[in-house]
Amino acid sequence: MDAILSYITSYLSSDLTPGAAGNWFWATVYVLLVFVGLSVAVICMNWLERKILAHMQVRLGPMRVGPHGLLQPIADALKLLLKEDIIPAEADGLVFWVAPFIVVLAAFTVFVVVPFGPTHAITDMNIGILFMLGVSSLSVLGIVTAGWASNSHYPLIGALRSSAQMVSYEVAMGLAVVSVILMTSLNEQGIGTLSMIGIVQAQMAQQEWFVFKFFPLGLIGFFIFAVAMIAETNRAPFDLPEAESELTAGFHTEYSGFRWSLFFLAEYSAMIGVSSVAVTLWLGGWLRPFPNWLSGSTWDLFFSLFPGLTFLFLAGMCFFNVVRMPKHPLFRIQTMGLAGFGVLLGLIGLILFVPAVRDRVGDIFWFSAKVAAFMYLYIWYRGTFPRYRFDQLMKVGWKVLLPMGLGLLILTAATAFVEPSVEQWLRHIL
Amino acid sequence: MTDPNPLSPPALETHVTAHDETFLDSNELVINMGPQHPATHGVLRVILRLDGEKVLGLECVIGYLHRGVEKIAENRTYTMFNPYVDRMDYVAAVSNGLGYCEAVEKLLSVDAPPRAQYIRVILTELNRIASHQLWLGTHALDIGAITPLFYTFRDREEILKIFEKYCGARLTTHAFRIGGLQYEAYEGFEKDVRNFISFFKPKIDEYEELLTTNRIWLERTRGVGVISGKDCIALGVTGPVLRASGVKWDIRKAQPYANYKNFDFEIPIGLNGDTYDRYLVRMVEMRQALRIIEQAVEGIPEGPIMAKVPKVMKPPVGEIYHSIEAPKGELGYLIVSDGSTQPYRVRVRPPSFVNLQALDLMCRGQLVADVIAVIGTLDIVLGEVDR
Repeated sequence: MDAILSYITSYLSSDLTPGAAGNWFWATVYVLLVFVGLSVAVICMNWLERKILAHMQVRLGPMRVGPHGLLQPIADALKLLLKEDIIPAEADGLVFWVAPFIVVLAAFTVFVVVPFGPTHAITDMNIGILFMLGVSSLSVLGIVTAGWASNSHYPLIGALRSSAQMVSYEVAMGLAVVSVILMTSLNEQGIGTLSMIGIVQAQMAQQEWFVFKFFPLGLIGFFIFAVAMIAETNRAPFDLPEAESELTAGFHTEYSGFRWSLFFLAEYSAMIGVSSVAVTLWLGGWLRPFPNWLSGSTWDLFFSLFPGLTFLFLAGMCFFNVVRMPKHPLFRIQTMGLAGFGVLLGLIGLILFVPAVRDRVGDIFWFSAKVAAFMYLYIWYRGTFPRYRFDQLMKVGWKVLLPMGLGLLILTAATAFVEPSVEQWLRHIL
Repeated sequence: MTDPNPLSPPALETHVTAHDETFLDSNELVINMGPQHPATHGVLRVILRLDGEKVLGLECVIGYLHRGVEKIAENRTYTMFNPYVDRMDYVAAVSNGLGYCEAVEKLLSVDAPPRAQYIRVILTELNRIASHQLWLGTHALDIGAITPLFYTFRDREEILKIFEKYCGARLTTHAFRIGGLQYEAYEGFEKDVRNFISFFKPKIDEYEELLTTNRIWLERTRGVGVISGKDCIALGVTGPVLRASGVKWDIRKAQPYANYKNFDFEIPIGLNGDTYDRYLVRMVEMRQALRIIEQAVEGIPEGPIMAKVPKVMKPPVGEIYHSIEAPKGELGYLIVSDGSTQPYRVRVRPPSFVNLQALDLMCRGQLVADVIAVIGTLDIVLGEVDR
């Protein structure tokens, strides 16, 4: 018993991720936390997307299930679980059954290396970013098998489009990523790193987010990645594989109920996954904004209050809407529920002000806030852009992004090579 | 007795010439799109023959919404048939009513009084805007821009409110009667119309801001579904599709009906005959319609709204063809009278039906995604295609 306890407690003093420290207990806890957190994030994202999109489109979105439709995602999930599970007679049963699981596995496994903080990651691999790109591209396998196993024309075309799209955009994406890896080699050690945590630490050491590095090279790389990641996750304006107006629903046309919801889950967690890569590589991962300008313990304290304040703000919104609720008895349960939700959020907010907690969640908060900004971008694009045609999509991938990525790579390498000597030269003449 | 040959789609090979070589000698894919496909604007069924994503040919199967409107006409009096025409192009019911009423008036040799003419023009042009708004929203939705739909529907609501206040119905209005109007314009009609004009002018700019210079919109519509003016004329294509191909033909100018010759407006034409030009032409048409409404609402004369028309209509023996410029093209009515209270034959020349002929020509060699764009740009209403 003591041995187990000491095994558990021994990790607490280490400053490594549980995976890197080899502690199975905490690794399992982290896996569960990430899994639950991700599922909650997908549910929130579902509600937010519908509400934000609705408000962009001069309508209200879900309003009936719970106050302001807050329970709508849960109602939807229940509905999907209760639906009949249909496997078409013509379909290849086994492959049809396996396909959604491949997609979900690929989408969830990438979170093994996502660093929510210097120690808040399941593990820290020295090939982290490579692992991430590799695993996330496995999902195309699931999509192709889904389209093939459905044994129907529309899913087949959807799957073909999807695989072509994912493969072509991965090239540009990889080039943008390599340019970041070149930038990491400029820290004191002079050695580049593929580790996700190492990349953020390199940004910390160089006192600069890579999006601003070698202006405008970092920005261009970020732009290439930001475009490629939308195509990679099959979202508007690159949502051809599931172009509703052309292919009804693309590769998952024949799927229903729980299996369909797995594709949905995978799509949203893949969105969060690639956004966290973008945040880690270019936007300083868990680092708080303006660490250079607004440094010092006062500013540190100020920024560490943000998580608690955010939750208090959300709680305040809840209470504001409790006041605005209709006073009719029919709405009593909704009002009470909203008030209860507000109290819960407020309590979480208060807990986040406790110094011991505050210091530990700051990095997770900033990471999540940056990812949330990307999620908003996803929704914004969907509300704004028409859809690309297939050949145009390929053109953008191969004729625009790929040459840009190659040029960027060469320029970054040249700049990284030349920069120290230029700096010396400048120092010499000044 | 069972039919030995149950209804089945005709074999595609007999309709589509099969001399195109497929790329890499791969198999052709025959895909059935519709009749309950979300982007076919109703119950159009399209059988596509594809080489990969390239369209080798297609065939439309229509008739899923056939209600026998023309046959019904033979069993109704002239007055009783009037509401039925609203059900053909149900998004431009007022135009349909105008065409029918004018055709019967021509047969009876009566003219609607000037006040009725003006109110008719106002309502018809409002309906043209409403129809174009619906086209824009659904067309953009098909191409993947989901937001314009809600904007256009929000603004279309204002037009429908005017219709509702005028005659009680929003969609199938039955606004006009043979010989004029049944209802006098309601109190504040002119004010409502003026308000709408000032409300809607900036809204068109808003739509254009979303789409006209949007890079993706340009790529999706430029050079897509090109049709030449010559082909348009050969196929009988009319309306904005014809004008976008550079043919300046608008019945409001060419064979003025109602009192369109009193108004000052321009006919926009396109140069390339592609989807983008058709989009621009319709956008300009909306502005021009506002111009006509503006002039009409300024000049509404006082006076009666109903001509002297017998209660029991027995037009003299003869036949008449009368066509108007409906939002989608030339809407014609051929009415044959045998001197009785019921028409002997009514034949409708619906613009959507005739324009749909061009679909195959416009889609050949394009991609599947373009078929959707072309169906959208033809602006068909299946109620009118099938009747």
